[in-house]
Amino acid sequence: MAELVEVLLRVAVVLLAFLVVPLLVGQVEHKAMAHMQSRVGPMYAGGFHGWAQLVADGVKFVQKEDVVPAAADRTVFKMAPAVALLPYLVAMVAIPIGPGLVGQDLDIGLFFVVAVMGVGVVGTLMGGWSSANKFSLLGGIRVAAQLMAYELPFVLAAASVAMAAGTLSLTGIVEAWNPWWLLWQAPAALVFFVAGLAELQRPPFDIPVADAELVFGPYTEYGGLRFALFILAEYAGIVVLSALTAVLFLGGWHGPWEDQVGWLWTLAKTGLVAFVVVWVRVAYPRLREDQLQRLAWQGLVPLVLFQLAVTAIGVVVMSS
Amino acid sequence: MADYYTAYLPLLAILALGVGLVVAMFTSNRLLRPTHRTAEKMLTYECGVDPVGEGWAQSHVRYYVYAYLYVIFAVDAVFLFPWATVFGGLGWISVGEMGVFIGFIAVGLVYAWRKGVLTWT
Repeated sequence: MAELVEVLLRVAVVLLAFLVVPLLVGQVEHKAMAHMQSRVGPMYAGGFHGWAQLVADGVKFVQKEDVVPAAADRTVFKMAPAVALLPYLVAMVAIPIGPGLVGQDLDIGLFFVVAVMGVGVVGTLMGGWSSANKFSLLGGIRVAAQLMAYELPFVLAAASVAMAAGTLSLTGIVEAWNPWWLLWQAPAALVFFVAGLAELQRPPFDIPVADAELVFGPYTEYGGLRFALFILAEYAGIVVLSALTAVLFLGGWHGPWEDQVGWLWTLAKTGLVAFVVVWVRVAYPRLREDQLQRLAWQGLVPLVLFQLAVTAIGVVVMSS
Repeated sequence: MADYYTAYLPLLAILALGVGLVVAMFTSNRLLRPTHRTAEKMLTYECGVDPVGEGWAQSHVRYYVYAYLYVIFAVDAVFLFPWATVFGGLGWISVGEMGVFIGFIAVGLVYAWRKGVLTWT
């Protein structure tokens, strides 16, 4: 019985984090991006520097009409936002923020999280296909192309960490982490972060939703609450990607006084990576489709194959 | 073995909670939203003019070769993960074997590259 209560408690905390942290990232994006562009961003909602802007957005979205185009494939169209959103919730269960501070520590945590993150993209594909709209279809095809190009370096970079740690458990990986991984695994970290950005279709890899040519890509026909779920999925994705980057490559809870405030270190590193995600959006222009494919196949894949070789040699040299 | 499956119970729990969350969102949406369906509103969006043809248009899928490449490498990745957890104890021979395996696939990528498959046309 006590076990069941504990499980429910952990799951409830994860759900709470899932509802709060993506909004925090969204607010940081509003404000940080505004200041980088010499604007002030939202200032009115909630009184103090527009802190309640996204809450106000949520209240607005929930009151909006539910429009499904007559030509659309209704069932798939309606399911797509949930399929896009829920995988990130499930992924968050497996990500540890401290020793024992995890929704559920899985033996194959790394494999599980990477697999589940791939499902999120299917939601976008479903939206693109079921809208029966030319912009949506083109956007969906671009999403598919991008997924195929970047899923591979993403997974191989994760495999490099698994090789270095000798385990697939995320807790085990953080425990095996050593500061010199910052150098040894640096190419994998870079590949993982860049490929993760591309999987989330974040700028500069946002060609599937390129507003100047495709209106809003796969989301063109979406409005109201369903649209809000897609946007929430994007920010939940940023949280999951940042947390994974922090846990796999930046040492998670390792840092000064890690016995007392280890979980704070994980959160701080996650926040830092999330800030970089926002920063990259402001700093770089959108990649063209061919540039995108070239970066993946002729840049990231060879780089991560090189990293796999370096990791393998490093592990055997150290263990012998 | 029972422990192995209990480890996945929280995942089922969170999935159920998540579905419940979505249902709750749409139920409150149903209670709060207006509904004024008009034929124009239900039209497919095509920059404000009447849509031409249907949305599921045929288009040239240029990246099917990338799709082949992806499938090959994805299978490779599946073998890589279980191997990653044990190869430290197996030593150089195991690394050599995996090197041969990945080397073969990498040669395939180089071949595709040299054939100009990776150049966008």
